[in-house]
Amino acid sequence: MAKELVLMKGNQAIAEAAIRCGCDGYFGYPITPQSEVLEHLMAERPYDPNSPAYTGMAVLQAESELASINMVYAGASTGKRVMTSSSSPGFSLMQEGLSYIAGAELPALCVNVVRGGPGLGTIQPSQSDYFQTTKGGGHGDYRLITLAPASVQEMYDFVELGFDLAFKYRNPVAILSDGVIGQVMEKVMVDDYKPRWTDEYIEQTCPWAATGHRSTGKHRIVTSLELEALKQEAINDRIQAKYRKCEEEDARYEAIQCDDAEYLFVAYGSAARICMKSIELARAEGIKVGLVRPITLWPFPTKAVAEIGGRMKKILSVEMNAGQMIEDVKLAVGCNVPVEHFGRYGGVIPTPVEILDALKKMIK
Amino acid sequence: MTREDIIKPENLVYKRTPVLTDATMHYCPGCGHGVVHRIIAEVIEEMGIQNNVIGISPVGCSVLAYNYFDVDFVEAAHGRAPACASAIKRLRPETFVFSYQGDGDLASIGCAEVMHACNRGENITMIFINNGIYGMTGGQMAPTTLEGMETVTCPYGRDPKVMGHTMRLTEMLAQLPGTYFVTRQAVYTPALARKCKKAIRMAFENQKLNKGVSFVEVTSNCNSGWKMTPVQANQWMEENTLKYFPLGDMKVDGKFDPKFIERVGTFDQPNETIFSLRKK
Amino acid sequence: MTEEIIIAGFGGQGVLSMGKILAYAGIMQDKEVSWLPSYGPEMRGGTSNVTVILSDERICSPYLNQFDTAIILNQQSMDKFESSVKPGGLLIYDPNGITNHPTRKDINIYQVAAADKANELGIAKLFNMIVLGGFLAVKPLVTPEMLHKGLQKSLPERHHHLIPKNEEAVEIGKGILKPYHTL
Repeated sequence: MAKELVLMKGNQAIAEAAIRCGCDGYFGYPITPQSEVLEHLMAERPYDPNSPAYTGMAVLQAESELASINMVYAGASTGKRVMTSSSSPGFSLMQEGLSYIAGAELPALCVNVVRGGPGLGTIQPSQSDYFQTTKGGGHGDYRLITLAPASVQEMYDFVELGFDLAFKYRNPVAILSDGVIGQVMEKVMVDDYKPRWTDEYIEQTCPWAATGHRSTGKHRIVTSLELEALKQEAINDRIQAKYRKCEEEDARYEAIQCDDAEYLFVAYGSAARICMKSIELARAEGIKVGLVRPITLWPFPTKAVAEIGGRMKKILSVEMNAGQMIEDVKLAVGCNVPVEHFGRYGGVIPTPVEILDALKKMIK
Repeated sequence: MTREDIIKPENLVYKRTPVLTDATMHYCPGCGHGVVHRIIAEVIEEMGIQNNVIGISPVGCSVLAYNYFDVDFVEAAHGRAPACASAIKRLRPETFVFSYQGDGDLASIGCAEVMHACNRGENITMIFINNGIYGMTGGQMAPTTLEGMETVTCPYGRDPKVMGHTMRLTEMLAQLPGTYFVTRQAVYTPALARKCKKAIRMAFENQKLNKGVSFVEVTSNCNSGWKMTPVQANQWMEENTLKYFPLGDMKVDGKFDPKFIERVGTFDQPNETIFSLRKK
Repeated sequence: MTEEIIIAGFGGQGVLSMGKILAYAGIMQDKEVSWLPSYGPEMRGGTSNVTVILSDERICSPYLNQFDTAIILNQQSMDKFESSVKPGGLLIYDPNGITNHPTRKDINIYQVAAADKANELGIAKLFNMIVLGGFLAVKPLVTPEMLHKGLQKSLPERHHHLIPKNEEAVEIGKGILKPYHTL
């Protein structure tokens, strides 16, 4: 099937993109609000030669999120492009595995369709996993490259982008979405099916991978264990150097109506979409407000926020949490511009009017 | 006479398999791990699959197993080797995949993963070293620790009323439809080691059949953790462990042997072996 | 043109699929569309609603609290959404089961007695299409041709023989629409 325009949910777009971009394997466990990812994959059957969507991709409903993330770890160890998806409580269970994947310097893609917490929390949309995803989550000095889609098209596009970044840096990449973007249906332009990587290509491009074939003449070991502290420090140095390079080259954002703006929203994902409506309402009342939408949450687009935010009278960090990204916004602009936070949380979505009211209150 | 003069083909009666690396093993003298490593390596050599095999090492004493095998290896998180092996076999079905785990790793923290990998009938080989104790962390109680046996976390002996019963996981796995070959072996005598090698060979050969999990438990000792000499430990194992964990095939060619369960007693009525066991 | 619509009722009334057909028909007309359902336990027998946006421009927020049109199919939804219709906007409801009728004077209100009609004709499953007809009678956002294409896209192929029946139900809905309060 060629490029075509389809109407689909954000979760389905993740699954469809995986099939079409040549992903080798998906391992996941059902949890609301992201179960449509696995459901769509099992309906399309990319593993079945009799399916029109056949690519040879493996799909497995694992016994738990622990098993899922460790299947991803092992699949990535052999040079395959593998992924999983979950929602907040399940993503918490995956943190150990993510730390191992980062520690063993493996490429992998993990999607978190966030719901309100803490604990079992609610199944409604939230952005309360920002800290967990951008600041660590698991143990050790590592970072997750974090993409924040704000539309179903971006859910689709960020799967392939995620794999590209994961292999560029040999580091896990997270797509940090939420229940709104996961459940909403929008138009998506889907690509033609791309073939999966051949074994020869993997041998050439991933000399670190334990493919079983010992093509370098020596056994290859994938591990995150190094018992000698000095050697472990050297591994950390190498990992940190990758992170500096990533901050330099791959921080992404979108600036909307900032040129004449006096006030600025900083918001990502579905909160950014709602802010766009608030901007429409505010500008109808003569309030000049713009939006910086971080597309990568780590690396955070610090330079852009500093540069654009530096020109503003005040900045409002709008988040579906109790105030997490605001710390990165404040670090970016320093003490130059006052930054305030507006958020609803626990699964409550702020309305465009609420955000407008918060903006007006901040201006006063 | 030089070294080369001695190593002539006509003099050569034994050669270490090239599937083992030159790295010096860190295992305690008397431990079964080294023997099982060599058996696996010899099987890989004899089958000619050194360039088509991926091993999964666990967390526990054999965490560094990857240093000793000259084959590609992935080091798994604690207990997750069966999940890792499942994924690798599904992504690379042409490759021989084996997991190698101890009893804390497989029977305690990794209980869910091993159950489900066996239940899915993954086409892999699982090696399970059962020495009834956590060796690497200093001799704590494992699910497989015998009732009455002393460890540093049950210093007065394992009391099943407080600490639960000794777990015979292999018997449970044998009853899952996804397992094709399930056996319990030992390596503390040359004869047993030879028998164990046959079982491990079969467990690898079975991967060609695509019929499900081949599972080899090797009941072993831990003389350090048990605080015994190697000879005492083997003797103790023979007198105690093997009564509760009897050797033999439980399932061959997908056929479960009900007599095996009769021999060990049913799960709700463990045979009368080992209550109030004291080793000192 | 941007039309922001909430459709709300009981789970099982076809609320989500009505929205989906509208969204597909919008796509056929080259419009930007967004379809955001309530989800979770709500889906399983309780109240159910979906926000549908059709627009000629990039759609900002898929989540809204003010709507151009509210299509309301039970009392709980009336209580919740009557106040969210923008002044001058449109409220369409099925009076079946409604005890507290809408009271706003600054919006246009229509009734479409779809449940009674569907029962009378023995086409209970097409209830939602009758409602959709009522809406399209007031706001012909999508042409009958595009609706046909939308049905083709949103229904699985094995149900395509039912498309004419769906279209008939839409026409029935257009016929039974009654003004309740208009500006």
